[in-house]
Amino acid sequence: MARIRTTVDGLVYEDDVEPRMLLVQYLRERLGKTGTVIGCDTSNCGACTVHLDGLSVKSCSVLAVQANGSEVLTIEGLERDGQLHPMQQAFHDNHALQCGYCTPGMIMQSIDLLGENPDPSEQEIREGIEGNLCRCTGYQNIVRAVQDAASKMKPGASATADSGAKQTVAGGGA
Amino acid sequence: MIPAQFDYVRPTTVEEAIQALRDGGDDAKLLAGGQSLLPVLRLRMADPSLIIDLGGIPELKGVREEGNEVVVGAMTSHYDVTRDDTLRQHVALIQEATKTVADPQVRHKGTLGGALAHADPAGDLAAPALALDAQFVIAGPSQDGSGTGTRTVGAADFFEDYFTTAIGEGELLTEIRFPKYTGWGARYEKFNRVAQAWSIVAVAATVKVDGGTISDARIGLTNMAGTPVRARAVESALVGQSATEENVRKAAQAAAEGTSPTADADAGSDYREHLARVLTGRAVLAAAG
Amino acid sequence: MTTTENAPTQEIGRDRRRKEDRRLITGRTRWTDNQALTGLLHISVVRSPFAHAEIKGIDTSAAKQVPGVVAVYTAADLGADQVQLPCAWPVTKDMKAPQRPALAGSRVNFAGEGVAVVVARSAAIAKDAAEQVEVDYDELEPVLDMEAALADGATLVHPEIGTNANAQWVFDSGEAGSGGSVAEALQKAESDDDQIIVKRRFRQQRLVPVFMEPRSTVVDPSGEQLVMWSSTQVPHILKTMLALTLGLPEHKIRVIAPDVGGGFGGKIAVAPEEVLTLLVAQKLGKPVKWTETRSESLLTAHHGRDQIQDLTMSVTKDGQITGLDVKLLADMGAYLGLVGPGVPILGAFMFNAIYKIPAYRFDCTNVFTTKTLTDAYRGAGRPEATFGIERLMDEAALELGMEPMEFRRKNWIKHEEFPYTTVSTLTYDTGNYEAATDQALQMFDYDGLRREQQERRQRGDVKQLGIGISTFTEMCGLAPSRVLGSLDYGAGGWETASIRMLPTGKAEVVVGVSPHGQGHETAFSQIVADQLGVPFDDVEILHGDTQSSYKGLDTYGSRSLAVGGIAVVKAAEKVIEKAKPIAAHMLEASEGDLEFSGGRFTVKGTDKGVGIQDIALAVFAAHDYPEGIEPDIDAHATFDPENFSFPHGTHLCAVEVDTETGFVQLYKYVCVDDVGNVINPLIVEGQVHGGLAQGIAQALFEEAAYDDQGTLLSGTLVDYTLPTAADLISFDTANTTTASTTNPLGVKGVGEAGTIASTPAVVNSVLDAIRHLGVKDIDMPTTPYRVWSAIQNASGHAGRADEANVASPGAGLGSTASDISRGDTQGGHL
Repeated sequence: MARIRTTVDGLVYEDDVEPRMLLVQYLRERLGKTGTVIGCDTSNCGACTVHLDGLSVKSCSVLAVQANGSEVLTIEGLERDGQLHPMQQAFHDNHALQCGYCTPGMIMQSIDLLGENPDPSEQEIREGIEGNLCRCTGYQNIVRAVQDAASKMKPGASATADSGAKQTVAGGGA
Repeated sequence: MIPAQFDYVRPTTVEEAIQALRDGGDDAKLLAGGQSLLPVLRLRMADPSLIIDLGGIPELKGVREEGNEVVVGAMTSHYDVTRDDTLRQHVALIQEATKTVADPQVRHKGTLGGALAHADPAGDLAAPALALDAQFVIAGPSQDGSGTGTRTVGAADFFEDYFTTAIGEGELLTEIRFPKYTGWGARYEKFNRVAQAWSIVAVAATVKVDGGTISDARIGLTNMAGTPVRARAVESALVGQSATEENVRKAAQAAAEGTSPTADADAGSDYREHLARVLTGRAVLAAAG
Repeated sequence: MTTTENAPTQEIGRDRRRKEDRRLITGRTRWTDNQALTGLLHISVVRSPFAHAEIKGIDTSAAKQVPGVVAVYTAADLGADQVQLPCAWPVTKDMKAPQRPALAGSRVNFAGEGVAVVVARSAAIAKDAAEQVEVDYDELEPVLDMEAALADGATLVHPEIGTNANAQWVFDSGEAGSGGSVAEALQKAESDDDQIIVKRRFRQQRLVPVFMEPRSTVVDPSGEQLVMWSSTQVPHILKTMLALTLGLPEHKIRVIAPDVGGGFGGKIAVAPEEVLTLLVAQKLGKPVKWTETRSESLLTAHHGRDQIQDLTMSVTKDGQITGLDVKLLADMGAYLGLVGPGVPILGAFMFNAIYKIPAYRFDCTNVFTTKTLTDAYRGAGRPEATFGIERLMDEAALELGMEPMEFRRKNWIKHEEFPYTTVSTLTYDTGNYEAATDQALQMFDYDGLRREQQERRQRGDVKQLGIGISTFTEMCGLAPSRVLGSLDYGAGGWETASIRMLPTGKAEVVVGVSPHGQGHETAFSQIVADQLGVPFDDVEILHGDTQSSYKGLDTYGSRSLAVGGIAVVKAAEKVIEKAKPIAAHMLEASEGDLEFSGGRFTVKGTDKGVGIQDIALAVFAAHDYPEGIEPDIDAHATFDPENFSFPHGTHLCAVEVDTETGFVQLYKYVCVDDVGNVINPLIVEGQVHGGLAQGIAQALFEEAAYDDQGTLLSGTLVDYTLPTAADLISFDTANTTTASTTNPLGVKGVGEAGTIASTPAVVNSVLDAIRHLGVKDIDMPTTPYRVWSAIQNASGHAGRADEANVASPGAGLGSTASDISRGDTQGGHL
């Protein structure tokens, strides 16, 4: 067992974990953060994407012990005071999800993408989410959603626009 | 799927890491970015008893200039490689190739040294490293076994076979030193079936063009053998030529010389040889601007 | 209370954003694997690495020693080898159905079949211990090739049934009286100088549905009812089949399909692991969970497609089809799935497609091999048929030297000919192929792209342009119960809905269909809002739990709207019917003077009225209602359609083929689909996009391949190559509308249309790009290697006389029948 201390969606957690425990398992099984899901065992699908210290990673390909001392942001930490993150809102507005299983990872990666490139072309969006598989939408409305969010997250476009992107979350007591 | 059980240590210095390797023996495995290792562990294709996480060693990260070289710490992430201004200016080829590695999430976590030490013949960074004559600094037990020492191995000797490098038992890769190719054009021409797939074949080309004439060229091939292959015949055919499509394509005909590509469902060896020629032409033309 | 003042404008046809999104975009989801019950145990299945082997012995002693292991069971320990997992579709009276156990007892018949199960305190420990189970196998010869499997002396997958042939199913229009005899038509064509015969063999490769949520099942045996949560498309069928299969009282089982992450047919099953989880939970009296890994899913969840198609068409030289003969071999894999043997048979009604074909025969033999079983995958039988006919239409046009769209026009059913009864006996109610095609051609700039194609040809561009067509129809809305009965299907095709009017005027609508991404909660709310005149947000759709939704036939075959949605309409009509006497009583009017509109009963010619939501409160209080009726306006309805619905459309694809590398790049994709009246255009567009992606992926990217030992080569998502966003383009989609006359909403299905239509359009376009180089055919998926090889082979044989009969459609270099013999498809067969 290894002792780890992480900040997840703004709360600090300390736990003893087996070294083999994956970050995604830790989130789901220990913290109850089941919003982040597992879709494969080869890091292809991206469904488990979270932000680790402000950068998107596939939480199935990171050990929980590797996240010791880090800040993790999951799909469950995006809302601010009951307000959806602009990317969540854009996914809803543009019908960018059907079964919704890939959606948490898709949204987390799309936010990371805009943090990197606030005004991406269609091709840049497509390449920016190439680590995330969706079987329902054909990606077309996901691309639209990212374009929509990009336009709304441009500086000055929205008061909540910058939440989540490349920011760390303030830690709380736990 | 969940990996089999293992012990875990996270050294904070290279010396500690080498001590951990010594203690762990045959069953120890180094964890760099983990983007190849974690899937392998999850599929239980490997079950090391000890994982040595190199993520806590600050000296292994970062890019710096040293005279005529750019030195990249082995634990520098692909993401940091793609954003580094020094590399953009002096070693554009490694940056171009790194941009094509896997996907953004994997590039955030994966490392240059990890990918090179993994030595997957379809991996995208070995061929540019070979083309660029990179030098690999390997740390390990000193000769007398009492402390730690380093040795440097050239790219041509570093890659030994499928998933096999010159890194010996008890050693680890600490940095990769690239000569400067300031002002050279660069292109990594990658050919795969879908965006997520490994390269069927890829060509790493960097060329120096003076007044429309190619004055120097370095070309490495991905997945044309168990190790990356240098297309030396093409390089020498290019030097002194004007960078026209006809000249380049003619020179590229020699691209498959000295290769021994594998055959699989995605490509027969003849097809890989053909692709090497076509993609070499395209890569050189793009690199020559 | 909200009443009729706020009654919405028409909801049907609005692009409502989905109700179900909120929890999915915030992570408040309820996937089966999220279930974490106190004392939950986890299982891992020990699986055979061999395709075909006798089990000589299983040593579980080491596994039992692993700390945290609760039990290790072999088949005999659980009686799992005595289970007969159900096949609900015995397609013929003499169909051969081998026993399909939940765990193999003495012999394994495909790589991945379960032989033992480990129960442990965590999934990780269960997996650790599963690796300690020692199984002694005696390998047997695998059976991999369908034709070899049917040959005399072939190794038998199931020696006890004496053959590898599962069933042969034949339809002959001459015998059925729906058309002429194909044998006669072909005979006549052979001796007729004015006819040609076109023969082709096409291969439908094996695919994997790859729903994004891996399957998962949790069983809690501790209550009065045994509760199973499962990632399934078919909770109702699963419940009934568990009762029948295991001899459990049906009323003691509750099945819940919570949020389900995609299915595409892949979750229409009674899976061995569902049964195993239940058996283990019963044995231990504790809740038990099974969640598969992706590699486990690719290996063992059922596959789809996998056919060899031998097609023969006779056609007059001026382009009239005179006969169509279809011979299929369909790979069942090692066992029969829930509806597996019926899947290829659905194609019997679709090979004739939108065309007027005077003589038709369909002859399908289902074959057992030692591979993962096949069953429904998006489109189920209809994509295979559509591919066959739409590829053949191009090939025939080529032989005739006709423009491929012109050839189709010449043979399709004209819009004024509807309703039209086809040679395969279905009656197409409505459609307008001309309208969809004309709009598609215009959106696509067909003539402009043909010009661009010519220019690239003339320039000898490295990247050649190809244009492919698919004009398709499908039968969906499974299905009229009588038709299913005539096809020996094990159940009906009706669907149910109930509406519960709550005291505050809100409506709970319980449906028997079971969504897993389709957006039923939104679309059905729109229907109810219009029918009852209540606000969209006042409607809640309940589904996926047999305790609330006790009766239903679930979601597949594009049936949810065209069957389930109509049940909702019928239930709403009953609510209004029941409310009417109460309204009359409240308004002190006679029922005959009332009319219902916009959620309100009004007395004709007055402004007196009462809203349906007020009536709901009135019957809840029940202080004052008419004598002789119950104080209740809730209603339940079952709808059994009289016919299928027949969506159709025209799909046009342009690709660039890099002739140096063989790489195929999508260039433009246009489709115009007629799916009848549209409830929610946003959802319809989304269904089309996703369907296109899957159909295109069959053409270009996906294949479940086995090696010569029967080992699955595409066992992870590294090897089973799904398209990413970067591999696809934005599609141009549009709709034409002819309302279906088989249901009161005038709707048709949309879930499978994109998948059914797109595959042949893409392959036709790939071939069109490089046919001038001598390429005749390429197997799917048309990978760069296959495309390049086809070009190489064609150019290598260019001097041979028998290779000269090659042209693009429209180029006028047709061959005669004798040149095109079966299997003469040079190039690309790898």
